[in-house]
Amino acid sequence: MFPLRHACRALPRLVLLITVVFQIPVAAAADVAAKIQQHKLANGLRVIVKEDHRAPVVVSMVWYKVGSIDEVNGTTGISHALEHMMFKGTKQVPAGEFSRLVAAAGGRENAFTDQDFTSFHQQLQKSQLPLAFRLEADRMQNLTLLQKEYAKEIRVVMEERRMRTDDQPEAQVQEQLMAAAFTSSPYRVPVIGWMNDIQNMTVADVRNWYQRWYAPNNAIIVVVGDVKAPEVFALAEKYFGTIKSKALPQRKPQEEPPQTGIRRVMVKAPAELPYLAMAWRAPLLQDPEKDWEPYALEVLSQILNGNEAARLNSSLVRNERIATAVDTSYEDTQRGPALFIISGNPAPGKTVDDLEQGVRRELEKIVNSGVSEEELKRVKAQVMASQVYQRDSTFFQALQIGSLESVGYPAATIDVMLQKLQQVTAAQVQEVAKKYFNDDSLTVATLDPQPLNGRRPPSPMEMGHVR
Amino acid sequence: MFARVLLIVTLCAALPALAMPPIQTWQTTSGAHVYFVETHDLPMLDISIDFPAGSAFDTRAKSGVAGLTQLMLHLGATGLSEDEISRKIADVGAQLDGDFDLDRGGLSLRTLTSSDELTQALDVFTRVLQTPEFPAAALEREKIRLVADIKEADTKPDSIVDRNFSQLVYGDHPYALRASGEVDSVPTVTRDDLIAFYRAHYTADQATVAIIGDLDHQRAEAIAEQLTAQLPHAAALATIPPVPPLAHAELKVIPHPATQGHVLIGAPGMKRGDADYFPLYVGNYVLGGGGFVSRILNEVREKRGLAYTAYSYFMPMQQNGPFMIGLQTRKDQTAEALAVARATLKKFVDEGPTADELKQAKENIVGGFPLRLDSNRKILDYLSVIGFYHLPLTYIDDFPANVEKVTLADVRDAFKRRVDPERMVTVVVGPEPAEISNADNAK
Repeated sequence: MFPLRHACRALPRLVLLITVVFQIPVAAAADVAAKIQQHKLANGLRVIVKEDHRAPVVVSMVWYKVGSIDEVNGTTGISHALEHMMFKGTKQVPAGEFSRLVAAAGGRENAFTDQDFTSFHQQLQKSQLPLAFRLEADRMQNLTLLQKEYAKEIRVVMEERRMRTDDQPEAQVQEQLMAAAFTSSPYRVPVIGWMNDIQNMTVADVRNWYQRWYAPNNAIIVVVGDVKAPEVFALAEKYFGTIKSKALPQRKPQEEPPQTGIRRVMVKAPAELPYLAMAWRAPLLQDPEKDWEPYALEVLSQILNGNEAARLNSSLVRNERIATAVDTSYEDTQRGPALFIISGNPAPGKTVDDLEQGVRRELEKIVNSGVSEEELKRVKAQVMASQVYQRDSTFFQALQIGSLESVGYPAATIDVMLQKLQQVTAAQVQEVAKKYFNDDSLTVATLDPQPLNGRRPPSPMEMGHVR
Repeated sequence: MFARVLLIVTLCAALPALAMPPIQTWQTTSGAHVYFVETHDLPMLDISIDFPAGSAFDTRAKSGVAGLTQLMLHLGATGLSEDEISRKIADVGAQLDGDFDLDRGGLSLRTLTSSDELTQALDVFTRVLQTPEFPAAALEREKIRLVADIKEADTKPDSIVDRNFSQLVYGDHPYALRASGEVDSVPTVTRDDLIAFYRAHYTADQATVAIIGDLDHQRAEAIAEQLTAQLPHAAALATIPPVPPLAHAELKVIPHPATQGHVLIGAPGMKRGDADYFPLYVGNYVLGGGGFVSRILNEVREKRGLAYTAYSYFMPMQQNGPFMIGLQTRKDQTAEALAVARATLKKFVDEGPTADELKQAKENIVGGFPLRLDSNRKILDYLSVIGFYHLPLTYIDDFPANVEKVTLADVRDAFKRRVDPERMVTVVVGPEPAEISNADNAK
């Protein structure tokens, strides 16, 4: 599909592992600290550059530290709505002109909103970086936010919600899972916002949000490509240096209280296959040097689902045939509370209960018998290699740096994480399995498939044609 | 299927000579054609091998054989179970992926180039390519999963609209067959069907091997030999019949409980190496290929707020792949959005782009050239396309000049001859037929 502006719920954080037993030295993969250069403007704007001279291109990203985690009820989705409006013009660059200028320079551009941040990016020939900076500096301070443009764009956002969530049964389950798993944390709210909030949002709300959060001291610029860092810093001074910093609103912690019992939620929607998602509360990475549990859980996630012969697919899909598909996810570098999620579709003739019991059996095995050294080595090899492969793309390198920096982890943490992951032991994996797969902190969401309006969808051959 | 395969369309540009290392090409002793780019920036290697083994080589009765053959390659090969294959690949951090579309079936491998890792990854890759076993138990399981997925897809408006669009545009032509096969055909597929398909299509002389990475020529040659020496040989080469033009316009409306209506408008478009390729490609950038600066997105989204995505594209294939316009909008706005899309197409075909629009299209396509080849993965895809579709080796180098050459008259002429707004298939999923046919008659 077209890479259009969108809300990105589960942006891959690309937190990857490494191995000591492997031939490629850690240094081949863990090169971030050595290769990044940083500069901070007087107004608080931070600029991070990773030079990569493989091709005459550059990717430029501006990350604002504001996302759905900062929102309150009644105006959920406002960070994402503002992201859309950022393309709707300034005095000097009227609506539509931003995209035209980038396109005319041969560039590609897009933006995404997450729970923790809002990010805008351009990919260009290296000579066009000044254009990206000029346009981003302009809309960091001069957005016009006309009612006329807002009225159209908010309808686009509603269409986006219909397309991504309302008409996607599994997305509805994921939305309900978050809403059930959290009570006070704003992670309970979807990034795109509740439909009723989108419908009742005003351009004044969006303007207020823009004025509060879009400031150089709440932003980070990440540039990766065929550039020289000192020249990028000079460009940043030129275009962003005159923008005034702002006093940022205080961020309330809104900490999630402990969960004290299993929660279950069900969604009914037109579909064929049932769907199950199980989410356990899990720890965040607080101190990358000293913590070990998050690393052990990352390894565990891969042991469960890191390749087609990993435990869940091998047992539940291939051998027992309880599921047609399984997945795991665990994000430990974010501002809000973390979840370890296992999801999947039951095979025909099997139920969500069968799948839940299957998942529980697989977790029990690890709790009781641990994991093998072979599995551990495999995961470490895979993740280390992935970090090498990632360097084939300037875009993903910038994404990895920005998604960490924007939530408060220095980019060099990537190297630390690679080092720490290689130290994870089988005993640690077993220990976190024992500690965190606990029913009292579990939320289970399921999809109960319904026929389409009480009737099966007509087969293509049965339909009458209208000329 | 069609609507989600935009990548193929973007595989059509080149790189300034300064950035593009030369393509080395040769034939293996078994007859496979190899396209190799040597680059030592990263300690890694990408290889793809493609065969004329896509869904166009299926029959309606056995629809799904081509896709299952491709899928089953990595689920058992001499001496290795499916779990052993997965583990051996994962143990060395390699990635094994399938390639599959209307024309092509194949596999690709990404691996580190350190000696032990490379050797093990290539050993597995060699076996799955040349000595697959198509184990019956795994096949039975995959058929069940596939049927479940097809049933699921048949409840989703975006899948339903794709499915019906392909059928109406292609009729009896094999491009009408979907990659997954059908609920009634997949259960009839046997292991013997897969073996026969493999022997006829995964043959050395029809193989295109693309290689890019941290290797010298000698090593690349040895790897290409290793990967193709034992491939089957076939008596006859696989071909796809030409696509007949659309006989008449057709509208099909399929009600659905979803909140949005999904629309596809289109017809057979063009093929790889088409004489009209450049005018149609550049023109379509203006019409609906250029994202936010395209007319369709501008009319549907930017001016009216009717949709999140709206686009048009040509998908050039071995034979004429589809031209299509797509969008989705709140159900009660479907007729309006459809009318806007149709009017935009008609105006564009009648008048062509403005001089300014053409200039902007060229600026973007030519100016954005380095972005199309800024990674090994992207170059690998070009090598594969050039090899599989027998495009000239200078295709990449010539691309900017070919884009620059396109005139306003070329675009107008090509669209007038190749895109007839009065003879299009339109499929709408969501609203009741009365809502759409009335709007259509009123027009």
